[in-house]
Amino acid sequence: MILTLHDFWSAEAGCVILQPYDMRMGAGTFHTATTLRALGPEPWNAAFVQPCRRPTDGRYGENPNRLQHYYQYQVILKPSPSDIQELYLKSLAAIGINPLAHDIRFVEDDWESPTLGAWGLGWEVWCDGMEVTQFTYFQQMGGFDCKPVAGELTYGLERLAMYIQGVDNVYDLAFNASGVSYGDVFLENERQMSKWNFEVADTDALFDLFAKAEAECRNALSAGVPIAAYEQAVEASHVFNLLQARGVISVQERASYMGRVRDLARSSCEAYAAKMTPEWEAKYPGWSLV
Amino acid sequence: MADFLLELRCEEIPARMQPKAKEDLARLFADALAKAGLTAGSVETFATPRRLALIAKDLPLATAAVSEETKGPKVGAAPQALEGFLRKVGLTEEQLTERDGVYFAVVEKPGRETAEVLAETIPAIIRAFPWPKSMRWGAASLSTESLRWVRPLSGIVALLDGAVVPCEIDGIASGRTTMGHRFHHSGPVEIANPQAYIETLRGAHVIVHFSERCQLIREGATKAADEAGLTLVADEGLVIENAGLTEWPVPLLGRFDETFLDVPSEVIQLTARVNQKYFVCEDESGKLANAFICTVNIDPIDPAVVVDGNRKVLAARLSDARFFWEQDQKTPLAVHAKKLARITFHEKLGTVADKVERVAKLARWLCEEGIVAGDPALAEQAARLCKADLVTEMVGEFPELQGLMGGYYAAKEGLQQEVSYAIRDHYKPVGQGDDVPTAPVTVVVSLADKLDTLFQFFLIDEKPTGSKDPFALRRSALSIAALVLRNGLRLPFRHALDYCGDEEAWRFEKLPESAWTAKCGKSRADLEAAGFRPDNDEQARGMLLGWPTGLARDAVVDFLIDRLKVQQREAGVRHDLIDAVFALGGEYDLVRLLARVHALQAFVTTEDGANLLAGYKRAANILKKEGWRGIEGEISQTGEEDPLAMVDDPDLAPVIAAKMADRHALTDQPSYTPEPAEKALIDALDAAAPRAADAVEAEQFADAMAALATLRAPIDRFFEEVTVNADEAKKRAARLALLARFRDAVHRVANFSRIEG
Repeated sequence: MILTLHDFWSAEAGCVILQPYDMRMGAGTFHTATTLRALGPEPWNAAFVQPCRRPTDGRYGENPNRLQHYYQYQVILKPSPSDIQELYLKSLAAIGINPLAHDIRFVEDDWESPTLGAWGLGWEVWCDGMEVTQFTYFQQMGGFDCKPVAGELTYGLERLAMYIQGVDNVYDLAFNASGVSYGDVFLENERQMSKWNFEVADTDALFDLFAKAEAECRNALSAGVPIAAYEQAVEASHVFNLLQARGVISVQERASYMGRVRDLARSSCEAYAAKMTPEWEAKYPGWSLV
Repeated sequence: MADFLLELRCEEIPARMQPKAKEDLARLFADALAKAGLTAGSVETFATPRRLALIAKDLPLATAAVSEETKGPKVGAAPQALEGFLRKVGLTEEQLTERDGVYFAVVEKPGRETAEVLAETIPAIIRAFPWPKSMRWGAASLSTESLRWVRPLSGIVALLDGAVVPCEIDGIASGRTTMGHRFHHSGPVEIANPQAYIETLRGAHVIVHFSERCQLIREGATKAADEAGLTLVADEGLVIENAGLTEWPVPLLGRFDETFLDVPSEVIQLTARVNQKYFVCEDESGKLANAFICTVNIDPIDPAVVVDGNRKVLAARLSDARFFWEQDQKTPLAVHAKKLARITFHEKLGTVADKVERVAKLARWLCEEGIVAGDPALAEQAARLCKADLVTEMVGEFPELQGLMGGYYAAKEGLQQEVSYAIRDHYKPVGQGDDVPTAPVTVVVSLADKLDTLFQFFLIDEKPTGSKDPFALRRSALSIAALVLRNGLRLPFRHALDYCGDEEAWRFEKLPESAWTAKCGKSRADLEAAGFRPDNDEQARGMLLGWPTGLARDAVVDFLIDRLKVQQREAGVRHDLIDAVFALGGEYDLVRLLARVHALQAFVTTEDGANLLAGYKRAANILKKEGWRGIEGEISQTGEEDPLAMVDDPDLAPVIAAKMADRHALTDQPSYTPEPAEKALIDALDAAAPRAADAVEAEQFADAMAALATLRAPIDRFFEEVTVNADEAKKRAARLALLARFRDAVHRVANFSRIEG
């Protein structure tokens, strides 16, 4: 399925095929190929798989489709092509979803990430009532208007696979043709990681990690390396999610922690945009960041 | 005459925006026509997820010619003025006409072709369209000035009869080509003319009429349920939402695993509705059935496949709901309640746990005082647990289940039924028309919760103003009134609020720093440096809130009375009668107030009542005309015609009443021989006044009215036979005093001066 999507998007939209970002993150959107590349005037088409970690979604392997670790397939197309919906539907057909056999719908779902200072309008795409893709036209990123707007497609790979294979439970998915299931690969991981996320992780160490990531982000910012700073913001964001799962952040503190993560992410995006702007303006006369 | 079709095609429009978008399109189009001087025979609008359309019938082919006259300078005015005028109107001097020594420019504006007007109108409508949220897209979005629409705009069909109305906006040119159903008809569709639009698209699997799609869904869902031997749970909101999500709606029924029915039916229904937009069904006994109806947008090759897919999604949702349901039950409500200390109720009012603490105390007190006939211990227990479900997983997922889930969990825990019912229903009544609780423990928790909310927000001066009522305090006040009236509660508001105020623990230590600076303009440290002592409650309250509790208490009571008045007026009680009773003042027992209003309403509509009112008005007029200050002169300071009516100070009123009684005693027996009619009125008053007063005291308001009714004949006779304005000063004074006595006796029941008629 991943290979089909790679072939499709590189052939149909000239996407560069990238590898997953090698850090723990909550969504493919955090990949620099999405966030940082959504800034600036240059065209950018990319597709990649991103493993996602959402500690609070863990269900100890007992829910048929909720996981604390799963895979997203991300496509980013900047500027958004006028036939982006048709391309997307063709990609579904390519992986075996016939739109006359399955009910495909575009249901309003606007996307907002205060953490990234980003928002966009779009839909969640339903396949027989299940959300299989998040489809967003980015309007702002890092607090800046997207000029031009990028279209982002995020496929939920496990969910799509469940449809294609006709299984009810994610752990029953066939991972290959020789009898290895998704459960064989990931079930024990889900059990242990859910336990660690919710019950075991040393919260003092996590608070410490958060503080260190925050400090390192500032350090990188002051050294003029915003991509490195951004990585630390991603790290802080994930540590914050772990602290949430451990239930040690109160409602009041939650807002304050989110504010701190947001500051890091925004500052990194701003610094990146500021650093790149002379180059962008030179290549695109008349273009300006704000 | 010609018909006009406009179709604006775009990527999927959010369902919730479609009904309003239809209205906006009709309005913008009508405005544009009116501006051009055009009228259409009829205008109809259409919306589907992928298009917004309009058909205007019987448009004239051109606008009417108009001649516009502009007044210019006087003949013989300075040449510069004339030159300026000519430049402005674009004419030469010879073309001007002259009338009464003034130049006029007459410009004949020929009629314009309607097609030309429409070609200008279309881009203007698109640019002015008020979408709640709009976006930029594509290569043009390199600039932030690019066209905005709800989702990318992809095509415009504009036809005046068979001809394309040519226009263009941001590179999108109008034409006659549109698209059919996304999957059933993937190629372009040519529209021959406006008349063919609806049927051409129907042929391409698109039902353009929003209302027709609603009808298809309603009927299809009902039929699917019937065929399964079930009854559809009607849900018009879902019908409309599904109509906004489909161009070719097909309702399909599926079944989910029966074991999910262990989860409360409200949870299942909400899961199906909110997350999946499915209808649910009931079996013949009225219980929720293990069935759902989804509305799909295709005629599927195999409906069973689509239904099964939807079933899986619902199953996953329901297993999540069951997970929450089971998880929440592992923790007793009392333990959940402890987590409320983490939830801020309001920045200046502490946490929800603080609120719960206050409500529990108040609820217990209301029972202990016998104001509500509930068990104090149960009341306190229910109050302590009533907000606990706010921190459960289920309410986190479905906030609208607050209360209800707490009730379920309490029942599962084996708590007493009174307690679980109170937890379940303590938000009630929510708005007018909602059920008003009557179970005592429920009543007391609901009442305490709302009284506390009202009082606390008044304490921090967050009163509703105009249309702003962010904390829904008006609704709280109405709910309090409804609870009190429905249950006949004799609630001494001032006392209860004093209790709230005195017992409520002001948690200064817990107040956020921002509260100090917001109210005092200084940080707490600065305040302490300036001599502020946090252990001095009164000082702290005064400084921090600038809003003494006594004032807040009075304001709450006034607010409650005020809301009650509004509510009674809306309920059809004559406002003048309400005013007549409320004007007596000093009365904060809502039950008694309304009983009196109702008795008064019954009385004034009788013949006796009407005549007594006439007699009262005559007496009051004479007293007013004579400027009679009489025995009550010294307290007549308000300028109101009846000073006593304004004395609503509860402390002062009895003092004045006693003083008045002394003085009346002196004048009750005149020093001359009264005329028979005069004597009759004195006797009637001697009998009726105490009877009316006693009846009011005993809250027998119908009796009080009956006592007043006995005055009707004597007062009529008095006016017929007795000259008030007698020559003898002492007779005159005595008769005026007698009329005043009559008036006062009436006022013991209601201030008749406020009654109309």
